[in-house]
Amino acid sequence: MSPTKLSTSALAIIALTATGAAAQTREQVQISGSSTVLPYATIVAESFAENFDFPSPVVEGGGSGAGRQRFCEGVGDNTIDIANSSSRISQNDIDTCAANGVTEIMEVRFGYDGIVFATDVNGPAFALTPADMFTALAAEVVVDGAVVPNTFTSWAEVNPELPDQPILALVPGTRHGTREVFDENVILAGCEETGAMEAFIAAGADEDTAEGQCTTLRTDGVSVDIDGDYTETLSRLQADTNAVGVFGLSFYTNNTQTLQVATMSGVTPSTETVASGEYPVSRPLYFYVKNAHLDVIPGLREYVEFFLSDDMAGPDGPLAAYGLVSDPELAATQDMVAAATPMGPLE
Amino acid sequence: MTDAIATGIPAAGPRRSILIEDALTRKRNRSERRFKMYGLGAITISLLVLFVMLFTIFRDGYTAFFQASLTFPVTLDAEALDENGNRDPAELAGVTTIGYGNLLRAALIQHLNAEGIDLGGVSEADVGALISRDGPAQLRDQVLADPDLIGQTIELQTLATSRLDGYLKGRVTMETALLDSNISPEQLQLADRLSEAGIMTTAFNPGFLTLPDASDQRPEAAGLGVAIIGSLYMMFLVLIMTLPIGVAASIYLEEFAPKNWFTDIIEVNISNLAAVPSIVFGILGLALFINFAGMPASSTLVGALVLTLMTLPTIIIATRASLRAVPPSIRDAALGVGASKMQTVFHHVLPLAMPGILTGTILGLATALGETAPLLLIGMVAFVNSYPAPPLDGGFLDPATALPVQVYSWASRSDPAFLERSSGAIIVLLAFLVVMNAVAIILRRRFERRW
Repeated sequence: MSPTKLSTSALAIIALTATGAAAQTREQVQISGSSTVLPYATIVAESFAENFDFPSPVVEGGGSGAGRQRFCEGVGDNTIDIANSSSRISQNDIDTCAANGVTEIMEVRFGYDGIVFATDVNGPAFALTPADMFTALAAEVVVDGAVVPNTFTSWAEVNPELPDQPILALVPGTRHGTREVFDENVILAGCEETGAMEAFIAAGADEDTAEGQCTTLRTDGVSVDIDGDYTETLSRLQADTNAVGVFGLSFYTNNTQTLQVATMSGVTPSTETVASGEYPVSRPLYFYVKNAHLDVIPGLREYVEFFLSDDMAGPDGPLAAYGLVSDPELAATQDMVAAATPMGPLE
Repeated sequence: MTDAIATGIPAAGPRRSILIEDALTRKRNRSERRFKMYGLGAITISLLVLFVMLFTIFRDGYTAFFQASLTFPVTLDAEALDENGNRDPAELAGVTTIGYGNLLRAALIQHLNAEGIDLGGVSEADVGALISRDGPAQLRDQVLADPDLIGQTIELQTLATSRLDGYLKGRVTMETALLDSNISPEQLQLADRLSEAGIMTTAFNPGFLTLPDASDQRPEAAGLGVAIIGSLYMMFLVLIMTLPIGVAASIYLEEFAPKNWFTDIIEVNISNLAAVPSIVFGILGLALFINFAGMPASSTLVGALVLTLMTLPTIIIATRASLRAVPPSIRDAALGVGASKMQTVFHHVLPLAMPGILTGTILGLATALGETAPLLLIGMVAFVNSYPAPPLDGGFLDPATALPVQVYSWASRSDPAFLERSSGAIIVLLAFLVVMNAVAIILRRRFERRW
């Protein structure tokens, strides 16, 4: 075939497929968002495809924020149907959504995720408290009533009961939803517990700046921000076995042969202790559904209902086996989904 | 010689034979030897790095091609699978994989009792956990495809869970099982008895190349099927789009275009585009093809369009180089016997430049095959569990992934069993690249002409 004929036929094919694309309704559910929710969503998507006549939903990772941003781009075939999120949607996102015509959003909380601190399996055991974490990692601490830069180098200096091991913490980077929970439930709690918060306020800061001061971590290489996935944290931890890493509970349960979990305020993290609220560091997991797509995209409603069914998200379902802490109010969420109730304004 | 002595230069004269090394020559020779050593050193280091890389990949990855499986008879109980006994497809489909899972577990336990294998204190649920979660799905598909199987007893071969597979491969040991919440040492001891009885065997696993991706709970069932099809679709589309556009652009620029500031700008821009980071093409693709043209996200068509944009500059540069390598005498001769410019190009220059063009194109395709970054933004870095349709049924519009994408997404999964799969996927990707490069070399050897 001559090059001219080749190129004309190629252009014809492109033109044909492009027009075909515009005319066709999407057949499968498109999901994007949090990489923490990703494994749960894939487990559900897989079972869904096995048991229903719909094609398997396409699930992407990329982060909670990026997922919600794509979710709020508008309504239509070329926008996603569900945004997975490991933190609650913000007013900012809701405003963007509304501006782009995404007015009815269904907020689905399907369970909780624990955040655990883990060390190398062969190292000494750690029994941490929020106060220890704050004293070890905050940029400024209070020593003898005075605010001084943090110079502790060993855990034993922070708390004599901890092992004499150099401080090195691998914490999630700021783009992770996990970091927010870490700041809020560990560092800030520790800040208040140690009285550093009061000392900052006494030194002339207002409450907001004091909070900011609390959550500012050391920059001298003792606290390392990990921007990648938990697998990156794990490989850093294996390279330097002195490190303490921050992981999701489900990641830890799949890697118990390499990781040893630290207790937090005396409580060992497990699906039971997170569910009962004894273990302090946990967060709810959400996904957001575009109601306008519910009866347009085939299988969307069925997928959401299947996700929340007791067979999946229940305490004995495969998600719980993977590390999800089942939501005690699951039945209420199931009713909400059946009625497709959109979320109200944020409190 | 005598002159040198006469002018009084001390003693250098008689020794200035080229056969005898003087200090300067020795110094020059030494520096040459040193330079050779540096070169050799550089090559040794790169070979060493390559060897270490290939060695670790093959060491970690070859096991992905072998998988443990369990073989035992399963009685497809009509009461459990078809309550009303009417074989109505809709009612049959109502039995979920959970029902089939219970059936499989009961069948395995029954078989173990019949064979006289001691369960060793492993609970019934934990015996069931030895079967891959993919097993029920596989059985359900089999029954739905052939409802006559109901009521019969069939010999079923199904995958074992990834922890058992890891035990046979040495990844999981008794010590790690003690700490592992997904498997216990008692289950491993039971697995030893299963191996002895011939119920559990390890064999080549074609599913690694044909099955679609699987979730984090069943690494043993994850395969490259969708990724391989996606990569092949994209390579085909990239080829039929880049070759005509690239060749037409190159011929025009090289043979017909006037040399002025406008063509200079085009030329500079082509070189610049070849150096643009590939993620930029992903951003462009998202804006242009998905948001503006409304093409389906995650589809191989959009992926191919983005990769086409990315490889075009490389292919144009390679094509122009091979057109330029055709000696002017060929053109002069053709023009001299009265051929038109177009005849000269299509009858003489292009056929002679073809081997070079094809080599450049194949190498460009090989780069595109290994590209992940631009696919990230157009939704191809995703969990895709169903195969795209055949090309004529609109398969280019169906979601798919690609080989490098699969490597990336498996590497970031939490279950350690995916590490092996990730390395296995790299081996498959490397095999693809080696084949493509070999084709390029063969084409060049066979058709290249030297002047």
